[in-house]
Amino acid sequence: MSGTIGWAPALLLLLAATGAAVRVPAGEFAPLFGLDKGQAAFRVGGYWLDRVPVTRERYAAFVSAHPEWRRGAVPALYADGRYLENWDGDRPRAGQEHYPVTHVSWFAAAAYCRDRGGRLPTTLEWEYVAAASRTAPNASKDRAFTERILGWYTRPSRGDLGLAPVGETPNWFGVENLHGMVWEWTSDFNASFITADNRADGDTSRNFFCGAGVTGAARREDYAAFMRYAMRSSLGATFTLGNVGFRCAYDRTPEAAGRAS
Amino acid sequence: MSYRSAMKTCVCSLVLALLALATVAGAENTLPVEKAVLTSPPNVPPPIKRTTPAKVVVELEVVEHVGPIADGVEYTFWTFGGTVPGSFIRVRVGDTVELHLANHPDNKLPHNIDLHAVTGPGGGAASTFTAPGHKSRFTFKALNPGLYVYHCATAPVGMHVANGMYGLIYVQPEKPLPPVDHEFYVVQGDFYTDEPFGVKGHQPFSMQRAIDEHASYVVFNGSALSLVGDRALQAKVGDRIRLFVGNGGPNLVSSFHVIGEIFDTVYFEGGQKSQTDVQTTLVPAGGSAIVEFKLETNGTYLLVDHSLLRTFNKGALGMLKAEGEQVASIYSGKELDEIYLGDESVASALRQQHPTPTAAKTQAPGAAVDGKEIFAKSCAMCHQAEGQGLEGVFPPIAKSDYLMKRAKAADRGELVGLILNGLTGKITVNGNDYNGVMTPVSGLSDADIAAVLTFITNNWGNSGAQAFTVEEVAKLRAQVAGKPMGAAE
Repeated sequence: MSGTIGWAPALLLLLAATGAAVRVPAGEFAPLFGLDKGQAAFRVGGYWLDRVPVTRERYAAFVSAHPEWRRGAVPALYADGRYLENWDGDRPRAGQEHYPVTHVSWFAAAAYCRDRGGRLPTTLEWEYVAAASRTAPNASKDRAFTERILGWYTRPSRGDLGLAPVGETPNWFGVENLHGMVWEWTSDFNASFITADNRADGDTSRNFFCGAGVTGAARREDYAAFMRYAMRSSLGATFTLGNVGFRCAYDRTPEAAGRAS
Repeated sequence: MSYRSAMKTCVCSLVLALLALATVAGAENTLPVEKAVLTSPPNVPPPIKRTTPAKVVVELEVVEHVGPIADGVEYTFWTFGGTVPGSFIRVRVGDTVELHLANHPDNKLPHNIDLHAVTGPGGGAASTFTAPGHKSRFTFKALNPGLYVYHCATAPVGMHVANGMYGLIYVQPEKPLPPVDHEFYVVQGDFYTDEPFGVKGHQPFSMQRAIDEHASYVVFNGSALSLVGDRALQAKVGDRIRLFVGNGGPNLVSSFHVIGEIFDTVYFEGGQKSQTDVQTTLVPAGGSAIVEFKLETNGTYLLVDHSLLRTFNKGALGMLKAEGEQVASIYSGKELDEIYLGDESVASALRQQHPTPTAAKTQAPGAAVDGKEIFAKSCAMCHQAEGQGLEGVFPPIAKSDYLMKRAKAADRGELVGLILNGLTGKITVNGNDYNGVMTPVSGLSDADIAAVLTFITNNWGNSGAQAFTVEEVAKLRAQVAGKPMGAAE
């Protein structure tokens, strides 16, 4: 009996240590932007997603295997001057090994995921999983849920002072830390239709869809989603911010693809 | 026109155009460059003495930070330069303005700026859209003089503005306004939290209350505390005052008024035309006004939104203190206070026609009167819903040493007199000085007064005093009748 009790936490620890990815079942999802006129939702799912954001320790292992991604070795074309600026040389600061990696560019994040046999999730794939609360697959109309997210968005980040080791109670999909920790890169982060001047977005969407309806209109009150789209569209692929991290997605089982991140 | 001459004209125009372009570019390059003086509210940068255009460099930093919005209440503000409103920018018409916007690396969100003084799409919004830890720059020519609002225009715009992202830029006209003794910077804004005004602790932004336009705070310069007590605007009798007034909104329009003053001149909507002798001027959300007046006599003048529940219940109150001598020929102060009985025959005839519930209660001793309700109707407007008062303006009733000392005294006539006759002058409550006027509260029966006194001396941290009875109040009423209270005792 005691053996059984000891075994389960050990497995959990092992899973945590290997940073297992979670299978995301297929479903229907209507994001804030992107639907065509008359289209109610996208079919999305059937991929694996990292359970937690990529940690500094895991990213350090990647850097040591691929020295071209060391701080100082990366050309400015791939990452700006603040790449890994919160590290001590090639190592994360002591005590921050399990913090989500930040100060990484989109190029760096994409290279990491490629190396793991995966890729960055699309915005749609990310938003689909991030719409889940702990108890419901789509809580985007649950006011308490969106207010909690919005509460996090309204507070300053304060760099590493605002961070902690990854891990929390998982959401409905079994994924953690999608909200309340860092913003996350997506593969198509700069393809959303929020312009810098948000007030013109109605027109932009209309033009983009050649006269199709404004897709987000039904959820004009979903300020939390607006802010994510706005944040992504303010980024450039070389930017390395103190509050932007990432996680990887996989089209095959991560085991088949190699190692989960 | 032949083909050849047409070509010639073409070439000529092209050359001319190029020359013109070169001249413009040359002029821009040879403009003297200066760094804009930016000030935090309530201060205004000094008038610009230049008589020719310059290139003015403005450096603004976006800072998200936590600060007080009222006594004991914290709010996470998003700001241009660390204050609400953001730094005051002063340029001269015809200037070329190079605006740098830095977004502090600790910030969570991207931000940008739309200045209403800009001619061009978005007012600079798209050109200054900036991620945390980045900075942007754009340049515009200040074509139109006047006082303009600037604000953040990042999605969701309403929320960025509701959190304090606005300020004023003054484009000084070629012929500057006449010099005055003091220029001040005052901007109204509405704030939205789930809890109503005054609930202590950190209060987060409420999206739903903002959409409903249901403000819990309406304040000047980002806080109910910005312009009161030690932070009141200071001037002297005889000074000429110019207020640069703005309204950041995001939702409410301001009926800007200064209690005890008449605006000698108002440049309404921040434009070039002016009106004289104005009591209250409308300042639209996203708009401004320049008001001027001379302090003719001493005293404290109150800046308010004359949508008065905002002033007395949501914090829209500022103070301007004029030091100096009272000028009695302009304002005498109280010259007379005596008993007025009215025409008793008319009053009793009216009472017979319309017996009021209050009268009925007075006639039926022992009838239940709700002291809490009376407080809410007659007292809360100044002393606030939970008796917490307003720092530096209205003394607290809650946990009040001043109140309880008098409620426990053998002779409690002072409290009854205070309600019936009011109180003028300096008093000290819980170690804080208050120097104001409480007006007499009219229309309360003995039962009403007994109920409200019993209520406030047994709630909000007050206890230990005996309940007031109708008989006691009736006796005390006769005692204090016509004896106005001074604070000195």
